[in-house]
Amino acid sequence: MTAFLIRRSGFALITLFAVLTIIFLIVRILPGDPAQVILGDQADAASIAALRTRLGLDQPLLVQYAGFLSGALRGDWGVSLVTGRPVIQEVISVLPWTVELTFFALLIGAVIGIPLGVWAAVNRNHATDYVVRIVSLLGLSFPAFVSGILLLIGFAIQLRWFPVISGQRGTLWQWFQSLALPAINLGLIMAAYITRVTRSAMLEVLSEDYVRTARAKGVPWRAVVWRHALRNALIPIITIVGLYLGVLIGNSVLTEIVFNRPGLGKLIVGALNQRDYTMLQGMMVIYTLLVVMINLATDVVYGLADPRVKLQ
Amino acid sequence: MTVEAPSVPTTGFQRLLSATFRAFNTNKTSWVGLGVFMTIVLLAVLAPWIAPHDPVEQNIFAKLQSPSATYWMGTDYFGRDILSRLLHGARYSLIIGIVATFFAMVVGSLIGILAGYYGGRFDLLIMQVMDILLAFPSLILGLIIVAMLGPSLTNIIIAISLTSIPSFARIARAPTIAVKEREFVEAGRALGYSDARIMFRHILPNITAEILVMFSLWTASAIRTEASLSFIGLGLKPPTPTWGGMIREGFENILDSYWLVLMPGVAILIVVFALNLLGDGLRDAIDPKLKGEQ
Repeated sequence: MTAFLIRRSGFALITLFAVLTIIFLIVRILPGDPAQVILGDQADAASIAALRTRLGLDQPLLVQYAGFLSGALRGDWGVSLVTGRPVIQEVISVLPWTVELTFFALLIGAVIGIPLGVWAAVNRNHATDYVVRIVSLLGLSFPAFVSGILLLIGFAIQLRWFPVISGQRGTLWQWFQSLALPAINLGLIMAAYITRVTRSAMLEVLSEDYVRTARAKGVPWRAVVWRHALRNALIPIITIVGLYLGVLIGNSVLTEIVFNRPGLGKLIVGALNQRDYTMLQGMMVIYTLLVVMINLATDVVYGLADPRVKLQ
Repeated sequence: MTVEAPSVPTTGFQRLLSATFRAFNTNKTSWVGLGVFMTIVLLAVLAPWIAPHDPVEQNIFAKLQSPSATYWMGTDYFGRDILSRLLHGARYSLIIGIVATFFAMVVGSLIGILAGYYGGRFDLLIMQVMDILLAFPSLILGLIIVAMLGPSLTNIIIAISLTSIPSFARIARAPTIAVKEREFVEAGRALGYSDARIMFRHILPNITAEILVMFSLWTASAIRTEASLSFIGLGLKPPTPTWGGMIREGFENILDSYWLVLMPGVAILIVVFALNLLGDGLRDAIDPKLKGEQ
């Protein structure tokens, strides 16, 4: 197991290194001189040269590369070209919003998705199964911004249960109001994915011999399903849901825009629109770190769950 | 020296046809998906003839009208007919979705077959690269690529393609590994067939069904990504009618004219859902064990 962990971590490090190099190159080959882009067409040569020095653009590419790599690992991702604040500070200031949204979305997704998936699997090929399958397929067909807008029209504009723009979060009630719709939006989409994954994992497990054995020795059906089968199905569920975190991240960007919530998604879209290169570079590093860590975690869970993986 | 199997094209075609028919009948919802999708394709093709108004013609005297006999789905802030914009917008959604996915299917399958067939270090390296790409949130990847290249039709297609190439590579690789151990491939090798011939004449036909099912599912996803990019503002430039762009523009008037966002939103949902129904149903036919897995 230790060897497996070391090998996977090694892979993760190589991946991280490769992607960081690609990010460095991409930002350098973007059309136009960043200093020129920042200062505009009217800028004189002297101020462009000064900015180039300040950004370190006048140094040899290798020196820039070394600086970028060591900075990326130390958490020093430069200064936003628009606000002038360190990128890491900008990221940290919005991170709680994204973490909170993602956490509650996953929670809602699991609370709805797992029971629905189990229910569908147990009633395979019955009416309930078909209804659950069609509804979950509909759920994962929704682009997050369309479902978000529908929620906004229904609950904020028609029913007026929630404010359309939710910025205030002084009291617990205000916090709940600002979080509820975005978390429900993202949570329902996650629920659709989790339902389908749970259903197929349960179908697999329910056909195993130990389930039949448990039945044969007289364990009540309910206990077989929820204790014996679901416990074993949870491992593939966790693994596959880990793979869907990419979907979750993409959808959280759209959700943040629709509900006008601060977060990583709004930060990256803002950086793209304003051509904030250093911010963009920092955001790409963050997403890479996230992706590599999620991959590693998924691998480890998978390795823990399935002894055969270690032998590869 | 070549030993050709006797080929009878008519029966081969008939067999393919009846196999397709059986696949559709395994799960009847795939017929529904196909029907709805083909209807939308037809409407998109006929858009220039059936659209009641010019999709980009502005009429400030008729701005923000609610649905009426003249404007069945109302008008937007510039007095443009929503229905006409929807019909024309369908063309962009479908073209981008289908071309991008087709491109990803060809490139991704090729990568997957090569990796699966040759195996070893080559396979390990290629699939590691694919895994990194796969793990990266496709919307973020799409955003960055379009922002770098600029939002033209070609660039959007390239960006969306790149995000789904790894999935096709994975889908093509697994069955290639399974098929390449089978006797008929062994026999081909014994007869001295080239690797290319074995891969494309003998392995490819065996994995086509799976790849085609994935084609419909990924077209759904591509159409959704295109709409998302347009919604964020990285789609085709206005006044080109794109569904995501219509929602973006309509979002500013959501408080009093919510049909501006409702109509294109429902349109996107219908297309994506139809393609998912189609692909999901067909997958049941190919692998009953995977029934319902996404």
